[in-house]
Amino acid sequence: MNQFELARADSVADALAKIAGNEHARFIAGGTNLLDLMKEDVTRPRMLIDITHLPLSKIEDAGNGGLRIGAMVSNADLAYDDKVSQAYPLLSTAVLAGASPQLRNMASTGGNLLQRTRCYYFYDTGTACNKREPGSGCPARTGVNRIHAILGASESCVAVHPSDMCVALAALDAVVHVNGPRGERQIAFEQFHQLPGDTPDIDTSLAPDEIITAVELPAQGYAQHHSYIKVRDRQSYAFALVSVAAGLEMDGDTVRSAAVALGGVAHKPWRNREAEALLVGKKASDEQFQAFADAVLQDAQALEHNAFKINLARRTIVRALQRAVAMESAE
Amino acid sequence: MTTSTDAVPQGHIPPNPGLHKIVLTLNGSRREVAAAPWTTLLDLLREDLQMTGTKKGCDHGQCGACTVLVDGKRINSCLTLAAMKDGCDIRTVEGLAEGDSLHPVQQAFIDQDAFQCGYCTPGQICSAVGLIAEGRAQTDDEIRELMSGNLCRCGCYPNIVAAVRQAQADTKTTETP
Repeated sequence: MNQFELARADSVADALAKIAGNEHARFIAGGTNLLDLMKEDVTRPRMLIDITHLPLSKIEDAGNGGLRIGAMVSNADLAYDDKVSQAYPLLSTAVLAGASPQLRNMASTGGNLLQRTRCYYFYDTGTACNKREPGSGCPARTGVNRIHAILGASESCVAVHPSDMCVALAALDAVVHVNGPRGERQIAFEQFHQLPGDTPDIDTSLAPDEIITAVELPAQGYAQHHSYIKVRDRQSYAFALVSVAAGLEMDGDTVRSAAVALGGVAHKPWRNREAEALLVGKKASDEQFQAFADAVLQDAQALEHNAFKINLARRTIVRALQRAVAMESAE
Repeated sequence: MTTSTDAVPQGHIPPNPGLHKIVLTLNGSRREVAAAPWTTLLDLLREDLQMTGTKKGCDHGQCGACTVLVDGKRINSCLTLAAMKDGCDIRTVEGLAEGDSLHPVQQAFIDQDAFQCGYCTPGQICSAVGLIAEGRAQTDDEIRELMSGNLCRCGCYPNIVAAVRQAQADTKTTETP
């Protein structure tokens, strides 16, 4: 780990003042990803600003039937919170599918949104990587790419986003609250993470001098019909090869609305609203779910080692939708 | 190796940030120590406070050998900066027994033969203490899932599950008036 200064922020304003104009500074909360990247020499900040003392650790009613989750709420406190697990069980399930109990005690809500890819080449400073060193190349494209993207990749980057929580937040249409020198703003979850394009070094639309203060959940939590399925190489404590977060509103056998997000397949949690519209007003059936999966994966492109993910994603989507529908009859 | 936004050029001489004064309650005793900002809690315990019960396995949050309890919650001390835990209550494997009387989890690991080489055991034991305090593991499958952050390369997992189950029962018995 490189040497650095450590400062403590006591308020959001203090945190913003400390990072303003300080391009080599980073905020640190749980540190579960940042310190790992620093130990691997992937990132070398000169200053860390400890934001764990900011008053952002509450889960509160948002006033519109939704919930506002403070950025410093730990992954464990989020997943086990009574309101979250009752109204947003999809989110609790996804959070508990990720990491280990120790890491979930440490990791913050805001930090989870900012965790970086686990692409082996990004972590290996002995290789080129456009995300780590723009313009140096992407060895994953022609190298070992079993875990890499099948949707939305670019010539410069085929990495995938590693989060489980974010897949659920994408399906739930969460809103990210941020604060910065230009004031407060809200970012729709779908606009928060970016596709790699020509700038894979930029993961999100958060500016370097801005801070996440909260994640807001809208009232619709799909508590009646939801499912999170994570497929991975071992049953616990592993990143997703493919994951699917599905939320449905049902009217008898008919789908009234559908929200489906995929993890492990792209540089960001993947949603396809045009495909979701195909499900609306239709009777829930395997044929409809297959057609939906085909529409989502229509533009999927395999690399040398990850073609299996296309079929895996198709089957996982169908299974997640079947489970989401079946919930009520099981109760 | 440089990146667009956060690179420190090779050969860059960092500023001398000085040492951070850290006050901890370590296994019930107040300890005051000074450490560089990049010192992890794991290294502080082992190198500065001579508490070598906590082990360094992977040093990347993947194996759980470094698990300790901070304010009662189990965490990976290898991914924790010591200076960020100023003022906290830290409990390590050395602080679990009361005199010669072992903690129920320690006794259960012996009774159930839940280790072979023993290197992961302090982390397993601290993690199990955290798991029991959390109170969410009811079945063996739930114990396995909620102990998934602690690897044992000797493969003592069935006996670790048995030890956690025994310690859960012993802890409940002790707590019943």
